[in-house]
Amino acid sequence: MAECHPVGFQWVVEAKARGAKIIHVDPRFTRTSALADIHVPLRAGTDIAFLGGIINYVLANEKYFRDYVVAYTNAGTILTEDYRDTEDLDGVFSGLDVDERSYDFHTWQYEGMEVQAAAGHRDLEYQDKAGGKSAQGKNGKRSGAVRQSARGESHGSGGVAITGNPRVDPTLQHPRCVFQVLKRHYARYSPEMVSDICGVPVDTFLQICELLVENSGRDRTSAFVYSVGWTQHTVGVQYIRTAAILQQLLGNMGRPGGGIMALRGHASIQGSTDIPTLFNLLPGYIPMPHAHSNQDLDSFIQGESPKKSYWAEMRAYTVSLLKSWWGPAATPDNDFCFDYLPRLTGSHSTYETVMAQLAGDCKGYFLLGENPAVGSANAKMQRLGMANLEWLVVRDFSLIESATWWKDGPEIESGELKPEDIGTEVFFLPAAAHTEKDGSFTNTQRMLQWHHQAVEPAGDARSDLWFTFHLGRKIREKLAGSTDDMDRPVLDLTWDYPTKGSVAEPEAEAVLAEINGWDSEGAPLTSYEQLNEDGSTACGCWIYCGVYTNGINQAARRKPAMLQNWVANEWGWAWPANRRILYNRASADPDGKPWSERKALVWWDEDKAKWTGHDIPDFSAAKSPHYRPPTGATGAEALSGVDPFVMQADGKSWLFVPAGLTDGPLPTHYEPQESPVPNLLYRQQRNPVREITAMVHPNDRFQPSGDEPGAEVFPYVCSTYRIAEHHTAGGMTRFQPYLAELAPEFFCEVSPELAAERGLEHAGWATIITARAAIEARVMVTERITPMTVQGKRIHHVGLPYHWGHSGLATGDPANELTHLSLDPNVHIQEVKVLACDIQPGRRPRGRARDALVETYQRRAGITERTGTEV
Amino acid sequence: MAPVDIQIGRRPNLEGALLGDTDPATQGGYSEHPPRMGFFTDTSVCIGCKACEVACKEWNAIPEDGLVFTGMSMDNSQGLGASTWRHVAFIEQRKPIAAQDPGIRHDTDVLALAGQGSGTPPDQAAMTPTTPGADGEFRWLMASDVCKHCTHAACLDVCPTGSLFRTEFGTVVVQEDICNGCGYCIPACPYGVIDQRKGDGRAWKCTLCYDRLSVGQEPACAKSCPTNSIQFGPLDELRERADARLARLHEAGVADARLYGRDPDDGVGGDGAFFLLLDEPEVYGLPPDPVVTTRDLPSMWKHVAAAAVTLVGGALAAFAAGRRI
Repeated sequence: MAECHPVGFQWVVEAKARGAKIIHVDPRFTRTSALADIHVPLRAGTDIAFLGGIINYVLANEKYFRDYVVAYTNAGTILTEDYRDTEDLDGVFSGLDVDERSYDFHTWQYEGMEVQAAAGHRDLEYQDKAGGKSAQGKNGKRSGAVRQSARGESHGSGGVAITGNPRVDPTLQHPRCVFQVLKRHYARYSPEMVSDICGVPVDTFLQICELLVENSGRDRTSAFVYSVGWTQHTVGVQYIRTAAILQQLLGNMGRPGGGIMALRGHASIQGSTDIPTLFNLLPGYIPMPHAHSNQDLDSFIQGESPKKSYWAEMRAYTVSLLKSWWGPAATPDNDFCFDYLPRLTGSHSTYETVMAQLAGDCKGYFLLGENPAVGSANAKMQRLGMANLEWLVVRDFSLIESATWWKDGPEIESGELKPEDIGTEVFFLPAAAHTEKDGSFTNTQRMLQWHHQAVEPAGDARSDLWFTFHLGRKIREKLAGSTDDMDRPVLDLTWDYPTKGSVAEPEAEAVLAEINGWDSEGAPLTSYEQLNEDGSTACGCWIYCGVYTNGINQAARRKPAMLQNWVANEWGWAWPANRRILYNRASADPDGKPWSERKALVWWDEDKAKWTGHDIPDFSAAKSPHYRPPTGATGAEALSGVDPFVMQADGKSWLFVPAGLTDGPLPTHYEPQESPVPNLLYRQQRNPVREITAMVHPNDRFQPSGDEPGAEVFPYVCSTYRIAEHHTAGGMTRFQPYLAELAPEFFCEVSPELAAERGLEHAGWATIITARAAIEARVMVTERITPMTVQGKRIHHVGLPYHWGHSGLATGDPANELTHLSLDPNVHIQEVKVLACDIQPGRRPRGRARDALVETYQRRAGITERTGTEV
Repeated sequence: MAPVDIQIGRRPNLEGALLGDTDPATQGGYSEHPPRMGFFTDTSVCIGCKACEVACKEWNAIPEDGLVFTGMSMDNSQGLGASTWRHVAFIEQRKPIAAQDPGIRHDTDVLALAGQGSGTPPDQAAMTPTTPGADGEFRWLMASDVCKHCTHAACLDVCPTGSLFRTEFGTVVVQEDICNGCGYCIPACPYGVIDQRKGDGRAWKCTLCYDRLSVGQEPACAKSCPTNSIQFGPLDELRERADARLARLHEAGVADARLYGRDPDDGVGGDGAFFLLLDEPEVYGLPPDPVVTTRDLPSMWKHVAAAAVTLVGGALAAFAAGRRI
């Protein structure tokens, strides 16, 4: 965190000054470790085993917050008899279709109840609920297309959604209740097992368990903070899930000082999922509709919307979004222009798009503030994909590698490509910086903070808002008068933002006002509860509704901390409804009283018959803790007074996930795609449903792993990461002299032991090799990298900051030449936090000899196109 | 920046200034002036982000000065100089910080690899320079160094042009439009801070952002420091704060913690920019016992004056004698 989020780290330093214990778990000793109380180096790629071990410790020693767990989680919910755990099936769950490489999760459901995933990922049972077989394959098997398009899976047994009450055992004794299933699932994650897998000494591990348990409960809470070190794995989503299980067991969710904070890789990554730059979501986590046959708004809502929780109002959110985009053109008669929305035909994630470029299907590409030629996994594939385009538009501050690969990239240097043979027409458009434009950032706390333009952008640099608005304006001018139905979605858009200044910069606040939404009179809305499904409201993103309450930019509020209470609700604005801690009903006990005075946040005021407190209650303000829904209730009414997790279909937080994940209802330790050791826990080595088959390509070979022959050719664990001196792929830093001089060259970090083993010279050069590429780096021999003992074997890490490329003032080989395209099946993220590699002293060969070196390694390891692709 | 012209050509009262902790602005000739301002750099919360280095360069328009991978841990700026007015040192050590468990378990003879310890030049070290110590103990110290703005500033004493002057805030500033590049100040600095810029010839160093102070703003480095490792304020207040912080660290078992440059009775009369360190000053590349290099000037000048009188007397005598001839 101190490396990549030094500004946010000030709060950790402050917490420490107030007595908080800081535990840092990371393979390398970083700036964060320097200030932590304890640094726990663990083998990269083993966090589920580590966290699973803590879960086992908490369960085995009865250290969970029982009252919280019983009341607010699905611990007591009873599963169907058909469920089989990884303990029963040696590392896979029931429902695995080996040929399709996917799970049928009908066996993961609650007994007697169908459960709908909370957000976004709830499409797979569409064919069941919408009453058709449209997504079934020809042979009766489900087509993989829907799963691949990042629809997590729900379950159901056909027909429309079944509501009902699950069977719950509040004593947590029933052998099929979630609690007992969880206990069995993690029973073998013992301290010794953790030590053998993670390379963490048993004593250290137990110390962490004790510290965490001591600091959780009625009076105390612990928070988890993670970054892409947890997400960029073939089991990335399950990493976060493991932390979520632990935080639920310890009662650390919805309470002050608790939670799981995702530190994003860039400013406003949270904002770019809320109002998504993702292919599979519409604003506010409404799923993107699929190209199902005959799909209309009714069947979309029917297929996607849960009956309980706030998601039951999805029709109102969707209709208001359509009204926001198409205004008067959106009417009840034309389904509010629902047909204007694009449809998904499969997965269109960034890596599938690269494969589509290579296949010649994707012909044009916009890169806005992104440098995939350096920053994305298997950088060569990225460049080869771009070399197969008709046109490429790059908007950035500097002439980054993704704009110049066609004249000076590694393939030009090696002779593999020649500029005169590349047909891609490349447009470079200079971009304005955040200081040169108005706008908002949404941080990991879901808080929007407005920033005001300080200076005009220099020269031709323009904001993304300017670019998008004027591009749309010009396209609309070109299409004006068209009678082709295909052009209606563009021509009917509300595209009338006011502009200002000499360059006609659109007013960013007008966009914010549109996102917030208005009623039929044009008055700004104050809450998403006002949204209607009859077309009388417009709202660009339902969860942001209220950010422009009373026509005032709430995100621009900067009331100092000393002038308000410690929750500071008047600094910026957080969704939903300016609540600062999500699900904060859980900060009070089932009767509505704070679990403890020390940790009081919101509570039920019996006299006034409403929820009150320091934060804005994330709950129906007038819903008594003693409210129980009548039979047949839907939406928010169907949630009882003790259901704090109001976006979940059952109002409970999920220890066990019956719907919404593609790779299992419980996190399970799998070895990474590439690992020097076998999986100690199960015969199943890797995540069986990781996304890999679509990525097989001569330039993306995978390596043997574990005890497979040839794995010894790549004996070291390799991890890519960031350091404080540079930002991601370097577009913002390597071209700036003051930043370039702080870390002017690509380097690798190795322990003194590995340096001795391979003869690496400090400050000299090393060549790092995988089945994809060979790169060179300056050598940093440092005790900050420590050897570990795993399964009785000495394990070394090679640390690679990934910031550099061939352009700019600070240069070097991109670490992402080494990485591969095996992805997490839920969110399609690349596994770049852990690979296996070899390292040798000296600089890499030049030209064709570089490829020859890689081919030698491939031959030695016996690599074929099938290697590493096993289920 | 009105006070600047008051100062040009005005020499401080050397005799008075060297007697002890008298207020440097008063000694500099200001009858009314704001309290003495300075830095307290608490290295125990420095995270080595280098925001201070960059903010300093941005604000003061200092040129980039070398794209060199040094191998000295994360330190590629190497030290204070004409074009580096804030510098973050990184020290990897086999030493514990109180109760911290670093989780580092090495079992090879890294000491043999480390060779000569923390001062080892990168091209001679077989690993990142480190300090010897026990296995399993490790800490990574970071510290942002800066001009000390001494109470008794030798650089200012020796400057023949009046380019270096004492501000009303008690800080020491070099004026780039007056400096003639004579370089006298460079060996005069007991910390090796002030430096001549290559290809320019003039002397440069931290101004404690005199231009920002003059309009009521804090220096750029302190403003940018995310963890409040660099604290700016009236020196009296900073000293109190530092004493409290030191007491707290000692209480927490960080026995190594110490203040550096805080003592008004040290060889430079105390620093306007002082530090909380977690080890000996030498570990950070700081002199253990700095002394103002012009300390002996007054007595030297007395001897010179006496010698001159003797010489002149002799010459006169000779002249008189000559006339007599």
